[in-house]
Amino acid sequence: MENKQTNFAKLFFSTAMVVLFGAIIYGIWAAISYIYPGFLKTQLGFIALRPMHASAALFWILLGATAAVYEGLNYLFPNQINQKIAWTQWALWVIAIVGIFTSYFLGQFGGREYWEFNPYWALPIALAWLLFMFQFFSLIRKKRNWPVYMYMWMTGIIFFLFTFAEGYLWLFPYFRKELITDLTIQWKVNGSMVGSWNQILYGSSFYLMDRITGNEKVGQSKLAFAMYFLGFFNLCFNWGHHVYTLPTEPYIRYFGYVVSMTEWIIFIKIIYDWKADWQQATIHLYNIPYRFIMAANAWVFLNLFLALFMSIPAINLYTHGTHVTVAHSMGTTIGINTMIIFAMAFFAYEKNNPRDLKEKIWLRRFFWTMQISLLVFWLSLISAGIQKGFWQLEANKNAFGDMMLNLKPWFILFFISGITLGISISGVLFQLLKAQFAKPIKTSN
Amino acid sequence: MQFKPIYFFILICTGFLVYSFSIYMYPPTSMNGLTNDEMTNAAEGKMVFQKYNCQSCHQIYNLGGYLGPDLTNCYSQEGKGELYIKAMVQSGTNQMPAFRLSEIEINALLQFFKAIDKTGSSDLRKFHIEPNGMIESNGK
Ligand code: HEC
Ligand code: HEM
Ligand code: HEM
Repeated sequence: MENKQTNFAKLFFSTAMVVLFGAIIYGIWAAISYIYPGFLKTQLGFIALRPMHASAALFWILLGATAAVYEGLNYLFPNQINQKIAWTQWALWVIAIVGIFTSYFLGQFGGREYWEFNPYWALPIALAWLLFMFQFFSLIRKKRNWPVYMYMWMTGIIFFLFTFAEGYLWLFPYFRKELITDLTIQWKVNGSMVGSWNQILYGSSFYLMDRITGNEKVGQSKLAFAMYFLGFFNLCFNWGHHVYTLPTEPYIRYFGYVVSMTEWIIFIKIIYDWKADWQQATIHLYNIPYRFIMAANAWVFLNLFLALFMSIPAINLYTHGTHVTVAHSMGTTIGINTMIIFAMAFFAYEKNNPRDLKEKIWLRRFFWTMQISLLVFWLSLISAGIQKGFWQLEANKNAFGDMMLNLKPWFILFFISGITLGISISGVLFQLLKAQFAKPIKTSN
Repeated sequence: MQFKPIYFFILICTGFLVYSFSIYMYPPTSMNGLTNDEMTNAAEGKMVFQKYNCQSCHQIYNLGGYLGPDLTNCYSQEGKGELYIKAMVQSGTNQMPAFRLSEIEINALLQFFKAIDKTGSSDLRKFHIEPNGMIESNGK
């Protein structure tokens, strides 16, 4: 039967892909300032490029997460997605994106880190998300005994909206005046918001594994729910690890510290399950979505190890405010979030186009250059960060500018690996784009 | 009895809300050195800081961009202070663009730097490590 409904997973994936391509161009452009200080600073310099890059990166993740949920909803509730709501949601996103990038381009700011646009533009995003939430709840209430990934999607969708709104409390003078509380809230928001989109994406990866392996019992198991609640608990309460040096009341820092340490459980579980996962992997390795999920898992392992150490205040003293933090942010948003979105996107397109995507030689090459570039990228930022960390604690430190000059070799490595990373990601994007426009292959049965 | 995840969900949400509101309502003691007027003026200056996107390169309490130095205590550091900040903002550096701020904006910005400086120190050398791994500031 011909399906007349728009495929919203694909609509949101393709929109997200355009934004990701922008993020890569802006990221490379921004990085030029590390090599040639003041690059185009009076025309379109770092001051505009950093927000363009960071916002584009976040929008890629949010649109990708939206697409991933639509992919799931489409399967669980065939032909029941409310078209008008989904189209309006999409249109609001497009309005916001066009408005935000135009204003950055014109040098108009006024927001907070990552959301540096005039707060005005937050409205269409909030509305779009509200519609998404409405769509989601009107569908899932039809089902009983939700598998764990539906809880994860729900948690992520609700908490994104909450933290997004909380991130604008500074508009009220009551909050703005309390300088330290205001900064605390800003990082409370960032911490919990990252947790929210992670819930959506980890949920999607769970859903995907269910579909690929055909083992639907896993999504109902007690262990799966225990892990979900551990993640959810961390989403709510681990953000204190951002503000160890801020003069807050001590309980905030201690609470963040203790809660963050509970994630060692996840780390140990990964090591414990390693063998079984590897055996599964050898069975499914031909499968492209599965391969991206395996890459995401490897990056979870590396990044979690780093993050757990950074969450110990005594070590955070050395990494705070340095490029170790940047390595962590990009390591996680690229290594974990982006890999999961790619997995979901290939899954969505593969059904359309099974043979075409299976054994693509270029896809494999780009996959591996992406992993290797990211590793070099990540390590060069960590190295620069550690060096700066020691500088921050030196008794007689030399000038900031001299320190930055000493880091230059690491920045050059960062820049070069950033370019190869950008090329690899674009290569993967190109394969997805081809699948988007390819004619579906008729499977004879 | 059947396991009902939704109850757990509601429990954690409630905890989250209670914790959030306790943070909104009880300011830390580090703010005690500031008068109400100082806080109001500093908030205006913070808006200038945002309007010109200083945070893309600069940090406050080591949070923010990475291309420039932390500015938490630039108001009171040796050899810096009001005139220095003003000169920096107006003329820029090799990396930093020159900004054309109005007199009102620059004064507000200075009020912000003055107030944030009073709340504590972001200098990591002024912290010590507790046996349990926590760090505590030794004061300014
Ligand atoms: C493109 C990045 C960039 C932007 C945007 C930027 N700065 Fe800077 N700023 C720098 C760099 C880099 C230095 C250090 C210069 C050096 O050491 O050579 C600096 C130095 C300073 C200093 C001197 C700090 C010290 O401790 O000596 C002040 C004060 C300052 N900036 C204020 C501001 C303000 C206020 C804004 C926003 C209106 C701003 N900057 C925007 C990059 C930037
Ligand atoms: C996919 C998962 C994650 C993503 C996308 C993510 C993203 C980020 C981002 C964007 C920042 C802000 C960087 C900045 O200050 O500029 C950050 C900071 C931080 N994250 Fe994560 N994070 C993730 C998981 C974790 C986990 C699991 C932990 C701890 C167990 C953790 C610990 C930290 C710490 C300690 C900081 C603060 C660094 C500092 O300012 O000193 N993160 N993270
Ligand atoms: C999927 C691709 C990417 C994602 C999701 C991503 C994400 C991010 C995020 C979240 C930040 C904020 C970091 C922080 O505040 O700690 C950031 C900063 C940055 N990224 Fe990326 N990034 C990507 C690719 C790249 C590439 C290819 C480059 C090229 C070199 C690059 C260069 C930069 C630079 C220069 C910064 C600013 C660091 C600073 O503040 O000094 N990024 N990126």
